[in-house]
Amino acid sequence: MPTTTDTLPITSGDDVVRVRQKVRVRATEIGLSLVDQTKLITAASELARNTLDYGKGGHADIETVLGDRRGVRVIFRDRGPGIPDIPQALTDGFTSGNGLGHGLGGARRLVDDFDIQSIVGAGTTVTIARWKR
Amino acid sequence: MADSDKDQALVRLFTQRESEILAEWVSTLNLGETKMTLQEAESQGRAVLHALGKAVAHGNHGDMRSAEYADVRDVLHAFSRNRALQGFSPTETATFILSLKRGLLGQIRKAAQSEDAFDLLWRVNQLIDQLGLFTVETYQKTREELIARQSKEIEELSTPVVKLWDGIVALPLIGTLDSGRTQVVMQNLLETIVQTEAEIAIIDITGVPMVDTLTAQHLLKTVSAARLMGADCIISGIRPQIAQTIVQLGVELNVVSKATLADALALALKRTGRVVSKLKAKSLPALQEPAAEARG
Repeated sequence: MPTTTDTLPITSGDDVVRVRQKVRVRATEIGLSLVDQTKLITAASELARNTLDYGKGGHADIETVLGDRRGVRVIFRDRGPGIPDIPQALTDGFTSGNGLGHGLGGARRLVDDFDIQSIVGAGTTVTIARWKR
Repeated sequence: MADSDKDQALVRLFTQRESEILAEWVSTLNLGETKMTLQEAESQGRAVLHALGKAVAHGNHGDMRSAEYADVRDVLHAFSRNRALQGFSPTETATFILSLKRGLLGQIRKAAQSEDAFDLLWRVNQLIDQLGLFTVETYQKTREELIARQSKEIEELSTPVVKLWDGIVALPLIGTLDSGRTQVVMQNLLETIVQTEAEIAIIDITGVPMVDTLTAQHLLKTVSAARLMGADCIISGIRPQIAQTIVQLGVELNVVSKATLADALALALKRTGRVVSKLKAKSLPALQEPAAEARG
């Protein structure tokens, strides 16, 4: 089982699919249940798309966590415009683009750990993890 | 020895010893490794050597991109392309060309004097390396073309709209719904609704591995477009893990949905005023099944 980090670029729609597939492989390897897998993959898909659409592209680090808690962690980084008001961005129905506005908040509900750091003008980093139970 | 003499040695090697080179090439070729038949190897080998002999005789010994090598490129291109399309591996393809070395070197050993042998060997080596690289490059390009064509075909094939009954059409979706495919899907569906005068369209997502907000948005847009065309939509085949995910995402799929395509069809039949009922045993028409023996 790889404990190394996979770093994938996110610069096109195809890259979003690739991130999703890689997360699926990691989640299956560590033995997440089908529901947990689907939730993590869906969250990763949302965030990868945000990185692409709002962050003007970036990359994703995908890692398997072994230890007391076993799971998969994905970190999305971009050097886009950043998010001025994070609580607002997390509100359901809010979108600065033309999406449904459930992506960021939805992704937070789909995973166990969720962390978002954003500096306006410098970029955004979102970290998510889903643990095996 | 002057350069022109060395060139002549190379030309002589190809022109005077073509059949010996071919014989040694083919006989030492590991047919198992290249997965070729003896006849194939012989005819391909002859074509390559022939083209190569002509190119060398024209006085150019190194530059495969030059006009003299047009025939060589054609032969190798056709060979490599064919192998790639038939699904042979790069090793199986390149081994054939690279093993020409053995045939050529064997002949050099027999023919050349010791002092010019090295020069000749070096030239032959360079030449064959180029042939090998060209072969692999062509192979790679052909495979990429193949993959690009296949993904285009999948895009078109994977969005069929099927008529289930008068006024009922189904759209079985398989794979990821990205923006490119949604366009094709929506257009197919709307056109079929017009053609078949469908009242109900069933969108089956059993084959969709994941529904995120973008996929949901695409689905909802397709549903509203169908509604504008006068058809009601039913979504079927939402798997349990996807249902849970959609709920947590907070997306409202305000559409009639059923667990399976069969349930959706039953509902569609009911809505269009039809009933499916079981016939009594004795009035069952015999299903025409061909007898097993008859098929031989």
